[in-house]
Amino acid sequence: MHPFAYVAPGTVDEAVAVLDKHGDRARPLAGGTDLLVKARANAWELDAVVDIKNIPELMTLTVGNDGLTIGAGVPCYQVYENEEVASDYPCIVDGTAIIGGIQIQSRAGLGGNLCNAAPSADGICPLIVHSAVAHIAGPGGSRDVAVEDFCTGPSQTVLKNGELLVSISMPRPPSNFGAAYTRFIPRNEMDIAVAGVGVSVILDSSGQNFVSARIALASVGPTPILASAAGNSLAGKPINDDTIAAAAALATDASTPITDMRGTIAQRKQLINVLTGRMINQAVERARG
Amino acid sequence: MVATFEPKTDYKVIGTRPIRHDGYDKVTGRAIYGGDLTLPGLIWGVCVRSPHAHANIKSIDTSAAEAMDGVLAVITGADMPEALDKLVDLGEGNVNFKWASNKLMADDKVVYRGHPVAAVAAVDRYTAEEAARKVVVEYEVLKAVTNVTDALAPDAPIVLPDLVGDDLGEDVTNTNMAEHVRHEFGDVEGAMASAAHTIEREYNMQMVHQGYIEPHNATAVWDEEDRIKIWTSTQGAFAARTQIAGILQVDVSKVKVTPLEIGGGFGGKIPVYFEPIAAILSRKSRRPVKMVMERVAIFETTGPTPGGRMIIKLGADSNGKLTAATADIWFEAGANPGSVIGPAAMCVYAPYEIPNTRIDGWDVVVNKPKTAAYRAPGSPQVAFAMESAVEELCEEAGWDSMQFRIDNVSREGTRRGDGVLFSKIGMEEVLEAAKNSDHWNAPLGDPPLGKKRGRGMASGYWFNIGLKSSVNLAVNSDGTVTLVEGSPDIGGTRVAMAMHVAEVLGIGAHDVRPSVVDTELVGYTDVTGGSRTTYATGYACWIAANQLVDELKKRVGILWDINEEDIDFSDGIFNSKAESEKTIGFKELAGKLADLGGPATSIGNVDLESAGDGFGLHIVDIDIDTETGKTDVVRFTAIQDVGTAIHPSYVEGQLQGGAVQGIGWALNEEYYMEEDGSMANSSFLDYRMPTSLDLPPIDTILVEVPNPLHPYGVRGVGETPICPPIPAIANAIANAIGTRLYNTPMNAGSIMEALS
Amino acid sequence: MTTSSPGMVHVKTTINGQAHELLVPPYMSLLDTLRELIGLTGTKEGCLDGNCGACTVSVDGRIVDSCLVLGAEVDGKDVDTVEGMASADGLHPLQQAFLEEAALQCGICTPGFLVAAKGLLDNEPSPSEGRIRHWLAGNLCRCTGYDKIIRAVQKASS
Repeated sequence: MHPFAYVAPGTVDEAVAVLDKHGDRARPLAGGTDLLVKARANAWELDAVVDIKNIPELMTLTVGNDGLTIGAGVPCYQVYENEEVASDYPCIVDGTAIIGGIQIQSRAGLGGNLCNAAPSADGICPLIVHSAVAHIAGPGGSRDVAVEDFCTGPSQTVLKNGELLVSISMPRPPSNFGAAYTRFIPRNEMDIAVAGVGVSVILDSSGQNFVSARIALASVGPTPILASAAGNSLAGKPINDDTIAAAAALATDASTPITDMRGTIAQRKQLINVLTGRMINQAVERARG
Repeated sequence: MVATFEPKTDYKVIGTRPIRHDGYDKVTGRAIYGGDLTLPGLIWGVCVRSPHAHANIKSIDTSAAEAMDGVLAVITGADMPEALDKLVDLGEGNVNFKWASNKLMADDKVVYRGHPVAAVAAVDRYTAEEAARKVVVEYEVLKAVTNVTDALAPDAPIVLPDLVGDDLGEDVTNTNMAEHVRHEFGDVEGAMASAAHTIEREYNMQMVHQGYIEPHNATAVWDEEDRIKIWTSTQGAFAARTQIAGILQVDVSKVKVTPLEIGGGFGGKIPVYFEPIAAILSRKSRRPVKMVMERVAIFETTGPTPGGRMIIKLGADSNGKLTAATADIWFEAGANPGSVIGPAAMCVYAPYEIPNTRIDGWDVVVNKPKTAAYRAPGSPQVAFAMESAVEELCEEAGWDSMQFRIDNVSREGTRRGDGVLFSKIGMEEVLEAAKNSDHWNAPLGDPPLGKKRGRGMASGYWFNIGLKSSVNLAVNSDGTVTLVEGSPDIGGTRVAMAMHVAEVLGIGAHDVRPSVVDTELVGYTDVTGGSRTTYATGYACWIAANQLVDELKKRVGILWDINEEDIDFSDGIFNSKAESEKTIGFKELAGKLADLGGPATSIGNVDLESAGDGFGLHIVDIDIDTETGKTDVVRFTAIQDVGTAIHPSYVEGQLQGGAVQGIGWALNEEYYMEEDGSMANSSFLDYRMPTSLDLPPIDTILVEVPNPLHPYGVRGVGETPICPPIPAIANAIANAIGTRLYNTPMNAGSIMEALS
Repeated sequence: MTTSSPGMVHVKTTINGQAHELLVPPYMSLLDTLRELIGLTGTKEGCLDGNCGACTVSVDGRIVDSCLVLGAEVDGKDVDTVEGMASADGLHPLQQAFLEEAALQCGICTPGFLVAAKGLLDNEPSPSEGRIRHWLAGNLCRCTGYDKIIRAVQKASS
């Protein structure tokens, strides 16, 4: 591991200044569960790590009428142990409660999961189906990016040198909204998704028809994928096995998996098909309350 | 003449569950494992490793590393002594020092990925790692060969150009085939031709790793007297000494090995890796040098057990009696010769009496880490093939496979596949216990929605080894006994040794204080492996304890002024044969020894042939999600003949731990090799060993058929339990989904493929 | 330490209830800080990438893999390791249960399991078997098959 300096600024501006100074030889340190592994494996050679956990707005979770905002350094357990998040955003709990084991969840958070930009990230699909937005600070000011546009490739994001993810926010779910995320892994925890699917739906007041839906896929492309055609196919349709199967087939079409040590193309396509159906049903169940 | 013993049952200490003596240090963090040692002036060593699995080394430039602040020594293969091309027996496996030395540090060619090409010692680990990155190595990359089929193809790249293979006694050159052995008994062809039912199947398995949690480590001091002191986590301090001395070309007396606490081994901590390198770095830097291996290197460069290819053919008569069997077995040796073809041949047919058998085995060199012993080395592989084939034969012929196992069971006098005849064994009793078990008689029950449930069973076998052990006892004035042994305690053997002594002396297990010591404080002792420690070192404890009784009788004789022959000893009390009211207890006597001739000590030495064959059978229920291929193990029972359970908790623990390693091997574990010879999943994350959440409780049934070759009836127990789970799960999968898998791992992807 | 490395970080931390003031290399893990700087070698190294739990310690009451925390990060925090579990009155009930239930074989994973299990029982005194298995999924044991570990935690929890 290349020896790096440790900086722990107290404000976003200070953090941005340090990141800007070092360019791609500095990285923000939130939970460290990806960063320190990559630094130790010499995948990243860093001159400085910028611990963002002393910056209040990066460590704050707010939930209320305006929706949910999660600071970029908030660890998973603070998300899934929050009672309001658990009751109103169960899909966010689905994602945060399965990242690593308990030890990892004490440190790792959605901000780091997003910035790490693994195609298999369990935290990103739930954000996408909740229409979450990433708030970014940088030397040139602030900007917002939809989460589905945040990752640009494996370990690649829209963040430019000097930019820092500050928080992620999502609107308060409307009534008749439901969302769910699951993944397939060979073990029961401590594993990387072979394939993952997040689904959100809004139902009409009868609870029998889809108004709209969003479907996001993990581990079947270079980034988490918003499967728009699959989600849109459900809009205005009745809830039944046929419409769900059709959406699952479209989601499968949207996936572009590779064969690697974690699974084959055929296995991953099959999993997307199966998990999409299961998650639509679970999202519907949650929407119906 | 081998001594035999009649079984007893009226033990006072044997069969109880005292707390292990070393447990207090281990639950408080005080226990010193190999990686925990520090010494004055200690520096750290790190290896420079090849990124290629097969390449010629064109040049190595160490100048930038040497110039770095804090770097105290840099070595390359040129610093390794030229070791002898000679085979030496280590107890569980052999070592050829030339191969062993080349394996530790490449000479002019790397033959597996991660192969060390240089090593650096620096003031701390971080500096050493940075310096290692500054060593520049130029390679000529060669095509890698990573499985037995490719390695034996006519145009295969040759891994070791100077390898001379042994094909049934004939020398072969320009080959990756290191050895071809055959065992044949009876008229195999004739019996197979006349069999009413036959089955022939091919099975393929991927290489798997022992997966011990503690990294390999070593600390070395090469002192001014040219004495080499090594502290390490090893399964055998003397085996380590033999290897280190052989590789460094010094006399064994020049090397002192201190075995520190060891964090798992399963056979993988018999070979040395860092010890000689740390020693050479110490000679060069004149400082104590410590090395701890990173997890990627543990996977890529140490220990695995072979994958390979097996073809099993079985013949049976119309009454369901096995008449003939053949097995063709190709195992990956790794980058140097020496896979476990021999043990595989010994184990493949062991649970069955088969009159006509043939086994052909091939040891094949590939560009993967040199294989090492892993819990019943070679046996789980052949158990997977044999027990799958037995089950399928029964399915096809319409036979009850439990009854088939009973009808064909091995007994005392049955000939094993390599020709050895069994002594007293307990396979029949295991089958009876299995047949009567709650699990076997419980209804399968309904799986959750969307899943299919299946039950499977399979037998397993390990021959268990004896070999050499030495222990010393000394009586303390407070009536306790100091026990000094040379068997590293990898899973609770100190307490089992103490119990052997306590039973003889009529004192409590905690009145005996066991210590595992270095190679200069106890007689030669073979490795903790082969399921031999409780058997052989325990046997040595029993001998020493009895000798101590004889010695103490002399002291009582002095006390009472009578002859030692006129003194009896039982339950911790000495008494005069002539005057029965004249008695003295062990503890009281201990307090008087200072005036009765002074120190009382004894020694127990053994060199034993066998630890008594070990048979087991496991039963497993699984649920399979037919849409995803996910398998959940929902119930598991391990049944085994354990001889006599000295400390039942640790015997159960062996059955449970072995079963779970087998479950991991069956379902997910594998070396997933890329074409370039790199292992894609060289982390605990992607290697996927079972976690607590992947398992049900592991129930155990201890069948006790005392081993006549041990004073208390102990049999080796540690290795057998890794053998049955793989075929038991294969059989359960076939039972659940009606489709059989012939390759491991039987992961979700394979099951989905089988279902589609 | 090396002259080429960046400057040390001044850290004030409480370890097992005792105040420590340290100069820590900025890239040094909490695991190495405990083992190399303080001499608390009860916390074990297993994989250095957060996948085995052998290095589990508690930071401000939450269990973490200390290989994936920098020593510099525990400034102002309370760190608890296996060495702090026993008290003057004797072993912690979990330690006693691990001994009585033979929940360790080689023992290398034991400190991590003990600290992790304590993290559970401190907040949930009577967890179900399933909850215990879930909570401990971040700790690998290769010797025991987990059976006796789960029983020991159940024993200490009842």
